[in-house]
Amino acid sequence: MMRDRAGPSGAAVTVEPPATTDFDAIVVGAGPAGSAAALELARAGHSVALLERGPFPGSKNVYGGVVYGRVLDELIPDWFERAPVQRWITRRQTMLLSDERSLTVDFRSQNWGSAPYNGATTYRAEFDSWLADHAQQAGAVLVPSTVVTSLLRTSGGRVVGVRTDREQGDLTARVVIACDGVNSFLAKQAGLYPGEHAEHTTLGVKETLALPKETIDERFGVSGSDGVDIEILGGTGGVPGGGFVYTNHDTLSVGLVLGLPGLAKAGLRPEEILAELKRHPSIRPLVRGAELVEYSAHLIPEGGYRTMPRLVGDGLLVAGDAAAMCLAAGIWLEGVNFALGSGMYAGRAAARALAADDPKRLREYRTLLADSFVLADHRKLRNAPALVLSDRVQQRYPGLVCDLVEGMFTVENPAPKPGLRRLLRRSAKRNGVGLHQLARDALTGLRSFG
Amino acid sequence: MTQRYADLAFDDRMARVDFRVATNAHIVVDTDVCRSCTTKACVHACPANLFVPTDDGGILFNYEQCFECGTCYLVCDGGNAISWSYPDGGQGVVFRHG
Repeated sequence: MMRDRAGPSGAAVTVEPPATTDFDAIVVGAGPAGSAAALELARAGHSVALLERGPFPGSKNVYGGVVYGRVLDELIPDWFERAPVQRWITRRQTMLLSDERSLTVDFRSQNWGSAPYNGATTYRAEFDSWLADHAQQAGAVLVPSTVVTSLLRTSGGRVVGVRTDREQGDLTARVVIACDGVNSFLAKQAGLYPGEHAEHTTLGVKETLALPKETIDERFGVSGSDGVDIEILGGTGGVPGGGFVYTNHDTLSVGLVLGLPGLAKAGLRPEEILAELKRHPSIRPLVRGAELVEYSAHLIPEGGYRTMPRLVGDGLLVAGDAAAMCLAAGIWLEGVNFALGSGMYAGRAAARALAADDPKRLREYRTLLADSFVLADHRKLRNAPALVLSDRVQQRYPGLVCDLVEGMFTVENPAPKPGLRRLLRRSAKRNGVGLHQLARDALTGLRSFG
Repeated sequence: MTQRYADLAFDDRMARVDFRVATNAHIVVDTDVCRSCTTKACVHACPANLFVPTDDGGILFNYEQCFECGTCYLVCDGGNAISWSYPDGGQGVVFRHG
């Protein structure tokens, strides 16, 4: 029998309104969103508990590549001198895979290899712990190894704390910030999610593979602390999603992102699809001879703006993956920065509401988000996730592009070289794409990304 | 000829992951519901391979090497056959290179 605890069927616990509270604020989850929220609250002089179900922050967390640091400039100005970075990304590739072919757009910039830096690879166990340390130094109380099993709510529906799996584990507060990740049982308990969201969720599976640093430098054409991030369209065994390869100091991370409905239908195992990706002629030379040091998996909320829950409840704010603030829009693939940003604004809005002793001011969270990159970028790219996960982009365009480029570069003389227009018509036809459809998708793409 | 990439056995793969095994199961499966399920998506979609079909059409499961991702309950279309929560605080998977 399932105990009374966090889970899809868990329910909030009704309590009397507490006369005094244990903390001003409780933040659930010490990932980037939670630690950013706790840091802002502690800096503003409020008492705040930061609850984490793992033995240390980051121990339950997995991501797909790069932490973009601009939002950290505001949170921790000298972050790039102190953050536990594996490599700074100076080379970014977008790779289309089709059968045994690939087309790669390869960009490098040494501008990204010095301060203020653009993006970095890191291990979440190190990065999240580092950020939580900052929150603690500012005065937040980190409580690890603690699962929040329910929200505590008054009969009027106001959230006044949480129940944990510790002995006498109820903690009360004037505001609760749910940064409890992609499954966010707390946002669901509070009724902020309208329905199930399996169709907007992808499964990320990742291998961390050890190789000597010199081998990585040589294979990826970098040196020192410079690194490479490769994002892949195709290579998912027909399941909508994508892949990635990125460099750490002396390991590579190789992974897949697989849409849950497609995976459920496919009858394929995730690690088998990943093994197939690693066999691809464009990937195999990169990972050859590497030894697996860790295999990991995590869900990703990929639906973007259209699938976000309500962000503000009575006494409750939602941030990070719990609020579906992961941007998976083809050439934009970001998450940790949105978690940091939304957590920071949640903490700020909560601090103002506490200072004014006015719970209604929690609504300012939404305004702060709307005025910042967090909702601006998500709103702008609201149509992109559906386009990127569409059958055409997933199944047909990589083949179309590889056919087109193969046609351009194949020399068949004495047969005359076909012109580009003919090659495009031929490639579109072979891959079952109408030119009108192609033009429509290009327009949607332009409207989203332009 | 493409040389096949020699992949790890699944047990060896999981042996590289740090699990602090909880005494209480955080997954419960109503295997009567599973008997009428034709897709059994949990069996192949779970990245930790925790779900095994039995001869009588039910499901056996192991909770000890769970990644705590939530894939199983989200792909389960057998009328909520899978009850799923988190292991007790501090227990379960501990990622070092996530």
